[in-house]
Amino acid sequence: MLTISFFSAAIIAGTPLLFATLGEILTQKTGNLNLGVEGMMLMGAVMGFLVGFHSGNPFLALLAAMLAGAMGAGIYALLTISLRANQEVSGLALTTFGTGFSSFLGQSLVGQVTPKSISNFFNPIAIPGLSKIPVIGPIFFNHDVFVYFGYLTAILLGIYLYKTQKGLNLRAVGENPGAADAASINVTLYKYVHILLGGALCGLGGAYLSLVYVPAWQENITAGRGWIAVALVIFAVWNPYRALFGAYLFGGLDIIGFRIQGTSIQVSQYLIDMLPYLVTIIVLVFVSFKKSQEHSPPKGLGKPYFREER
Amino acid sequence: MLYRIEKRSDISKEKSIGIRALAILLALITSGAFIFLLKLNPIDVYLSMLDGAFGSPYRIRETIITAIPLLITSLGLAIAFKMQFWNIGGEGQILMGAFFASFIALNYPDIPKPILLTLMMIAGILGGGLWALIPAFFKAQWGTNETIVTLMLNYIALKWITFLQYGPWRDPDALGFPKVPNFSPNAILPKVFGVHIGWIIALILVVLVYIFMKHSKKGYEIAVLGESENTARYAGINIKKTILVSIFLSGSIAGLAGMIQASAVSKTLAVSVSGGMGFTAIITTWLAALNPIFILVSSILFAALIRSGSFIQTAFGIPSAAASIIQAMILFFFLGSHFFIKYRITRKTSAKIAQGGE
Repeated sequence: MLTISFFSAAIIAGTPLLFATLGEILTQKTGNLNLGVEGMMLMGAVMGFLVGFHSGNPFLALLAAMLAGAMGAGIYALLTISLRANQEVSGLALTTFGTGFSSFLGQSLVGQVTPKSISNFFNPIAIPGLSKIPVIGPIFFNHDVFVYFGYLTAILLGIYLYKTQKGLNLRAVGENPGAADAASINVTLYKYVHILLGGALCGLGGAYLSLVYVPAWQENITAGRGWIAVALVIFAVWNPYRALFGAYLFGGLDIIGFRIQGTSIQVSQYLIDMLPYLVTIIVLVFVSFKKSQEHSPPKGLGKPYFREER
Repeated sequence: MLYRIEKRSDISKEKSIGIRALAILLALITSGAFIFLLKLNPIDVYLSMLDGAFGSPYRIRETIITAIPLLITSLGLAIAFKMQFWNIGGEGQILMGAFFASFIALNYPDIPKPILLTLMMIAGILGGGLWALIPAFFKAQWGTNETIVTLMLNYIALKWITFLQYGPWRDPDALGFPKVPNFSPNAILPKVFGVHIGWIIALILVVLVYIFMKHSKKGYEIAVLGESENTARYAGINIKKTILVSIFLSGSIAGLAGMIQASAVSKTLAVSVSGGMGFTAIITTWLAALNPIFILVSSILFAALIRSGSFIQTAFGIPSAAASIIQAMILFFFLGSHFFIKYRITRKTSAKIAQGGE
């Protein structure tokens, strides 16, 4: 069962998780905990599909998905940064909103399939040379462009966070906004920009589901993946490179129930379906059990920052 | 900067209520924009929603039946939220309460009604409570993030009930339809004034939770712990024990809601017994600022929203999801309005700017 085709499929199933996890890493690096990932993914999924369905243009579809995700994040940012609302509840409200928004707009689209022009665009492309490497090639380098874009995003985000001045400033904002402010970093601007970008990435994760993975519109298409992404951020200890590993691991868990049918293993599919959720809990408990300095969240995470109350 | 934000020292009750009322009004106007996008008149739709929720004795009863699990679950969540423990596992706790109660109902269908129902209630309380103890234990022991654990447990509970429904508990007489057998008449809660007795249980719980939170030692400890863990530690409060006890209580109340839903509404165990109530209850609890009396009001308001959502679906062909958009809008504006209750925006006079602002 653990064949090359299984691992290759795990990469595909992990791609929406990867985008959402990267988006939430970027968000949490600002010190804000946005629990609305599921909502932003759904907003991206429905807007991407809606625009893709009517225009047939993959670029417009992806742009719409990013804007929708960023719009959701914008509501959250306005509430938590400018209006100083509770971060947990604002995130939960965003998930409620995104869920309603997607089924409201998606009502007339249920069962519709992604147009040909888009599904062709996302056909697998073997990368010359790399795809010929035994085992690694067919697992990693024979995918659609969206999957490659996932690799690229993770690497770019890693470089941004660890190798650039802006990335350093961002981490300072998340660790100690007071000190960052004193060093004349515009805390509010940094928070807004990165939370919006994070939302755009979550929107892309949703669009991968509706445009490539399924590829059709169905109600509640994310099925809890946004929440798994929030857990993956902790699993990846806020590191984009580790997010790659985590997302693909959970991609594998996601498809294992389906793959196990037709083998000689006699376990109910519904019990196997529990696996990603169960493993998420085990991972979280393990991470919290093994707390260390290197593996800790941004120090300012979840704490609101108001200059005049410093 | 010409404007500055300053903390209000105090705010009159009228003004704070006025700001909240304005928030609801703005939420309705913004949601109205969504309805307008569908080329419908928002006012017609809102009037029709009112009609759908309260327009006839039957509709009022339906709204109350929807409000019961919402109210009970919210009361449970309020205890957890007071401690700043983000229990978003209401769904799972409802389902596991229903599962435990159903275990009794299906295995002992013939014991006398009062005994059977009492046993089912105890089972439901235990089911929800024990399910909530899992995240509470990890939180108390290692500080594991409870938000995600409670949420993951929702999915696991849902898969578990689905497994039972399709597998070991499947009704062989249901002609291949995957459902659990119906409960015996002894396992069904009686009705009072045309609505199952759950409404009386819910009202009793409002009083009990109110007394627990405002006038008991444990309730006070929960409030202190929610404010600051350090203060709680200095005050000699046993933090681990407080987390475990209060979250068990929180989950057990949701579990009781699960028992009531299984017994009185679906009359069997089904995945639909929770019906999203665990999530909606988060909103109703928060809107009511964790106050049991206000939770009664917000639960009825949201039950009306849910009922009218399905009503306008048939009347106007509007997706019932419109109701959840309105719900989220109300919450957004409420969250935002809190700022205007806590702070005041004042204009800086030019003299002040000349002096250097702050």
